[in-house]
Amino acid sequence: MEKLTYEKPYIKKLHAGVMNKFGTRTGIQPVKQIDGVSVKKLIEGYGSPVFVLSEKQIRKNYRSAYRAFSTRYPKVQFAWSYKTNYLNAVCQIFHQEGSWAEVVSGSEYQKALGNGVPGNKIIFNGPGKSKEELKIAVDNNSLIHIDHFEELNQLLTLSKELVNKPRVAIRVNMDTGVYPSWDRFGFNYENNEAWTALEKIVTSGKLQLVGLHCHIGTYMLSTAAYGIAANTLCDLAMRCNTLLNHKIEYLDMGGGFPSTNTLKGAYLPGADTVPTVDDFAEIITSTLLNFGFAQEDLPLLILESGRVLIDDAGYLLGTVIANKRLNNGKRATIMDFGVNILFTSFWYEHQISPAQDFNPHNENMIIYGPLCMNIDVIRESINLPLLNTGDHVVVHKVGAYNMTQWMQFITLRPAVVLIDEQQRTHLIRTNETLHYTEEPEVMPAHLRPSK
Amino acid sequence: MKIKSDIATSENGFIFNPATGDSFSGNAMAAQWLLAMKNGKPEEDIKKDILEKYNVSVEQLERDWDDWIVQLKEANLLEN
Amino acid sequence: MMPENYSTLCIAVTGLNANDNPGPGMAVIRSLKAGFGDRIKIIGLSYESLEPGIYMHEHVKKTYLIPYPTEGTKALLDRLSYIHQQENLDVIIPNFDSELFNFIKIAPQLQQMGISSFLPSHHQLTLRDKLHLKEFGSKYGFYVPADHQLFTADDVKKAADEFNFPMVIKGKFYEAYVVYTMDQALKSFHQLNASWGGPVIAQQYIKGTEINIAGMGNGKGSNISVVAMRKLYITDKGKAWAGVTIKDPEFIKLADNFALVTNWKGGYEMEIMKNEEGNLYILEINPRFPAWIYLTVAAGHNQPAALVKMALGEEATPYGDYEAGKLFIRYSWDHIADIKDFQQISVFGEF
Repeated sequence: MEKLTYEKPYIKKLHAGVMNKFGTRTGIQPVKQIDGVSVKKLIEGYGSPVFVLSEKQIRKNYRSAYRAFSTRYPKVQFAWSYKTNYLNAVCQIFHQEGSWAEVVSGSEYQKALGNGVPGNKIIFNGPGKSKEELKIAVDNNSLIHIDHFEELNQLLTLSKELVNKPRVAIRVNMDTGVYPSWDRFGFNYENNEAWTALEKIVTSGKLQLVGLHCHIGTYMLSTAAYGIAANTLCDLAMRCNTLLNHKIEYLDMGGGFPSTNTLKGAYLPGADTVPTVDDFAEIITSTLLNFGFAQEDLPLLILESGRVLIDDAGYLLGTVIANKRLNNGKRATIMDFGVNILFTSFWYEHQISPAQDFNPHNENMIIYGPLCMNIDVIRESINLPLLNTGDHVVVHKVGAYNMTQWMQFITLRPAVVLIDEQQRTHLIRTNETLHYTEEPEVMPAHLRPSK
Repeated sequence: MKIKSDIATSENGFIFNPATGDSFSGNAMAAQWLLAMKNGKPEEDIKKDILEKYNVSVEQLERDWDDWIVQLKEANLLEN
Repeated sequence: MMPENYSTLCIAVTGLNANDNPGPGMAVIRSLKAGFGDRIKIIGLSYESLEPGIYMHEHVKKTYLIPYPTEGTKALLDRLSYIHQQENLDVIIPNFDSELFNFIKIAPQLQQMGISSFLPSHHQLTLRDKLHLKEFGSKYGFYVPADHQLFTADDVKKAADEFNFPMVIKGKFYEAYVVYTMDQALKSFHQLNASWGGPVIAQQYIKGTEINIAGMGNGKGSNISVVAMRKLYITDKGKAWAGVTIKDPEFIKLADNFALVTNWKGGYEMEIMKNEEGNLYILEINPRFPAWIYLTVAAGHNQPAALVKMALGEEATPYGDYEAGKLFIRYSWDHIADIKDFQQISVFGEF
């Protein structure tokens, strides 16, 4: 006789609650494949956990963002934010699409050069550029975005000994009415530091002032703030023109557009509430177009978007290690991936989908990683069907910041796989080995294990 | 392991504890195990029945039984 | 739609939580039946299994659980499609602040399915929300108490320095507390932050007489109806337990100004504090009918019925004058049901 299908027995208390923030019902669907490639096969082929990136989605994101700006404004340039995801394969997709490189350190700068980006298409941002790094950037004609007066003075000194006249912009910070205000980066607008810096650059005659830069925050939910920021940069550009008789070539609005991830503590899901790139494009371009520049004097508009172009193209696939019940009766599930490789779980409520069919009973549970550390919590509260040991899960929208901020801590970092537009898979970063992590270590002779 | 005798169960998996006022819903398997326990069937016999009728390994069943008992305890449905 | 057909409408309503902090749903249903007769079919939409309206089958034919706003619009649309297949809905009237964003977002899809609604736009919704109310008031010349957005405990201290005590601490979506000490202020801040997310709002406390206005905007700059009510008895949650309709041209003028500058579409409630100088301070503008909406019917204006007609495309003529001195006294009533009914709605989501 054929045996019947077994199902784990399960009872659930019916809560007589009133409306609260979270609710109890949920419409979870299994996610069995990514771009037509089976999750099970990916894990079989590359191990678990494993990061998966969709080239199709990356290109789609880039093209729709570019279209949002270029259909509204005549001169638009994107620069890929390296720190968001600087796996070389990822950078090359953006460079193929036409992106420049936006880097914030000497090593990122070298990465961009290594990826074949011409020096004059590398934007060098950040508060921590060394003298040597600045020198190389000047030699390569890169765009140096000055963060503070120390850097400005250093460039003035350097300019005496170098052939090229440094091409520079200043980063401007301002009150755009959002919290928190990022006044730690660049020169402040309201206290006039920004204008002082601009005057100093132009009157020195030793630096080419080519642009103005701002980056007002991260995961910005307010389009109005970009209107204020664009207006501020336009005002400075116009004053440079009229008061210093100097034309600004480009305005760089930075990044900060949100992906559709849901922030911790948010009430409504990000997918419904975050403004679209079109919304941001509309306010930025209309501010520029209506400010009063002559048509031929319209500055080039540069965008340094990162997160919004790649977050939803990244997935983390993992496997259930174990289930347990906590002292308070709550269910806990332990996964084989932890916060050390999923850094964004500190600020997002990542959507997690089972990768196989499941029976329809959901239970509220906590999702832990495998680290022997109390902080290793992926989701503090999520309604999911009961998962068994060995079941696979898919964590969504992990393409931004995880593959750069991940750390080798307790466990090693996993492989990264790219699915190309023809649904072929490519290993673009192998999983780390013990040898790789120990390679930089040096053992003093007196501590060597005796043979 | 004994289920409280006055627990009311229904075919579609509802459980009502008249002593506390708590309500629960369960899946078909839960309803079946609960009924068997209510009828006083010993643990070993229940497990044997399941293994005969259903496609499940001994290891899985043992794990699930332990979790089941934890659930019942948590739900306050077991005799002390 | 011909008026005689109104009597067979099928209307879905949320906010069936007629408890001590009541949602407007049951009052809206009562108004609709007063306007269109008892033959209309009312379908309840609830978030939890103990919203009292679920169990009152003489008022609500059948209730369906719907996904929480936090689940997003796709889940909501899927569920409403299913309900529409079962019940063939004509009109939907959402009554919770926190669900409006999603209902507005899916309104075009609902209309395509044949379900009408009469809702403000996202822009209108944002204009009057707690975070933008002060800015809105300054822009259009309304009196609005000063406020501060609170992100950290430090912000609470700054707000207290400016407003002194008492001041009002408000949650992003719901709940407000008048606090008299720093301890109370911090406690309210932390609690509201945990319940509804940030930011929490601190508002200057205005002393005076509290008046509520129920309005119904036509979306083109004017009101179909404005009815003012003074609270006579207030619960510890600040909810009116008894109130009386009052008339003053100043109230009408205020509401008409609001409709004019916003082109407000749909029902709304203004919470007003009239201070000693007679200035009308807007404390809050709720983007939906108040729980006391049946009082407008008693005073001669059936705002929910007017909303249904406008949702179905009819031009509504303004109601004009209403009767002052109509009194409502809320009462509680223990409705009897069976635990099986609770289990039914909890597990199957329909009852």
